[in-house]
Amino acid sequence: MATNPSRGGAAKADGDPVSPRFSTISGSEVEECYGPGQVESGSEDIGAPGEYPFTRGVYPSMYRGKRWTMRQFAGFGSAQDTNNRFKYLMAEGSNGLSTAFDMPTLMGYDADAERALGEVGREGVSVSTLEDMEELFAGIRLDEVTTSMTVNGSASSLLAMYLGVAERQGCKWQDLGGTIQNDMLKEFIAQKEWICPPEPSVRIVTDMIEFCAEHAPRWHPVSISGYHIREAGSTAVQELAFTLADGIAYVQAAVERGLDPDRFGPRLSFFFNVHNDFLEEIAKIRAARRIWARVMRERFGAKTDRACMLRTHAQTSGVSLTAQQPLNNVVRVAVQALAGVLAGVQSLHTNSLDETLALPTEEAVTVALRTQQILAEESGVANTVDPLGGSWAIEALTDRMEREAMEYITRIDDMGGMLRAVEIGFPQREIADAAFNFQMASDAGEYVTVGVNGYRMDAPGGKVETLKIGLDLEERQRTRVIAFKAARDADAVRAALERITSAARSGENVMPPVVEAVRAGCTVGEISDVYREVFGVYGDPAWI
Amino acid sequence: MSDEHALRILVAKPGLDGHDRGAKIIARALRDAGFEVIYTGLHQTPEMIAEAAVQEDVDAVGLSILSGAHMTLFPKIIELLRAKGLEEVPVFGGGIIPDEDIEELKKAGVCEVFTPGASTKNIVQWIKDNVADRA
Repeated sequence: MATNPSRGGAAKADGDPVSPRFSTISGSEVEECYGPGQVESGSEDIGAPGEYPFTRGVYPSMYRGKRWTMRQFAGFGSAQDTNNRFKYLMAEGSNGLSTAFDMPTLMGYDADAERALGEVGREGVSVSTLEDMEELFAGIRLDEVTTSMTVNGSASSLLAMYLGVAERQGCKWQDLGGTIQNDMLKEFIAQKEWICPPEPSVRIVTDMIEFCAEHAPRWHPVSISGYHIREAGSTAVQELAFTLADGIAYVQAAVERGLDPDRFGPRLSFFFNVHNDFLEEIAKIRAARRIWARVMRERFGAKTDRACMLRTHAQTSGVSLTAQQPLNNVVRVAVQALAGVLAGVQSLHTNSLDETLALPTEEAVTVALRTQQILAEESGVANTVDPLGGSWAIEALTDRMEREAMEYITRIDDMGGMLRAVEIGFPQREIADAAFNFQMASDAGEYVTVGVNGYRMDAPGGKVETLKIGLDLEERQRTRVIAFKAARDADAVRAALERITSAARSGENVMPPVVEAVRAGCTVGEISDVYREVFGVYGDPAWI
Repeated sequence: MSDEHALRILVAKPGLDGHDRGAKIIARALRDAGFEVIYTGLHQTPEMIAEAAVQEDVDAVGLSILSGAHMTLFPKIIELLRAKGLEEVPVFGGGIIPDEDIEELKKAGVCEVFTPGASTKNIVQWIKDNVADRA
């Protein structure tokens, strides 16, 4: 039997109506009804799809011309386990790959490192060597797919390995399409997988932007990510503002390096969360496009439309899923995915219903992918561009998102930019406060999560099978990496690592020697050790 | 809980995952509930956590983990605490931990495991009911 919360129209014990809250999940009040008086933006702000400032979408015909990419994030166990999952997803209609690496890989430790204990292949796929990377993409031509790789601190090593695999397959670098996340600022803000302190981390990001512009022009060298900021507990406005402020910092760094924003600008991509609050999320992504277009044109002097277009991936919200009554998660994901599509995203990952319990099973992943296919094939929402554009509520919420995000961006500018703001912990503290306030409101019953603090069931039901990753995997990976290391030309490895050290110290671009080092058999851990030695290790300031 | 001495709780993040939202919320909620809280920050080894427990003379250790490495790291931390003579310090935990693993962890000496959806009030109450002042 369900226990219902008292909220919004429900009755208190004494019969008086409860004062209802009509605010978004981020705590923003929403009007009873919107009309033209609440819309601040004019026709030049809203514009037409495919035209500056791209509020209504980056392409004139949107999904009529090209449907969004269904890009399901996958990675667990060994390279071979994940390769099998990739092939399954592609066979079922997923049309872009997206790689989740395990924690040791993200933190720059090989599978045989002491720090990797217990973590190998658990939260993503374990990749220490070029051999692992080759196995991960075995049987998949890299010039025929686009691949997203979620890796940041060790991104330079993993990109070099991807380029190395492409070479071995006989693919040209200029034909490679895809994205490496490589957004270090948001690591310090939210995801917190790092190697070195913020300043040298941003320098390596800038090296990669420069390197890709020259050698892999179709590759996106950074995916400026709000997803993790939101998952860490930010509000929608904070997600929007901090993500764009991170983007501003990367563009600033690249411009200071002498790069042309019209050249590298079109290769920047974004990654937003789509959380529960349907209208707020659509407004957030529309506002993101408008702000970014203006930033690129007005602040950085970009002349081409392509450099001003914010193209984005989106993922449904992991933290919104519940362990209680897990089948309800399918509905949450569907609503969030619909918001993403109505907001005009370029690619989308839908979470699996079991992800609050473990990494997803094949069955759960299939339901998640089918959710997108149902939206695309059955719902009809992709037939017309920005169908909600011109709705007074949507336009008014988009205006408010823009205004409130710009207030944050101005504050961050006043601090000297996002790198400085991160060093003093400003966005970190804002997010921690928002996360704590939400938890308190949730504990007090002000926000109802179905199945958790409302509509609970004594027998939760709907128990789902979860994916198990055997403890033997770690030992196999460890043995494999040790054998790989023993079989290399040790002198060549040492010399290659010294060349990275020298570039890191002198300020030369690190990517060419990292690419060489990977060819010589250097591992993710060894290359990261060079960074640790030259730039130092970043430790968590442990702000609470 | 004695009136003179607030319970000292170590909130620790073992392993390499960076998901500190839960740990930080718990740290704040415990502090607001009147406990003295020591938060280790992220990416701690079992040795670092056991050492912090000794140095800070804590009454309980709370572990937060979302990397799936709990079956390796939790027992290792308990073993190290015992080796350092802290066998009576209760260890509790939270994170993405499947039900069947919770049973195993309890056999290994973890007193309680809180999973997604647990309220901070329940955790505060559990500490009040189960943690004794060692001072």
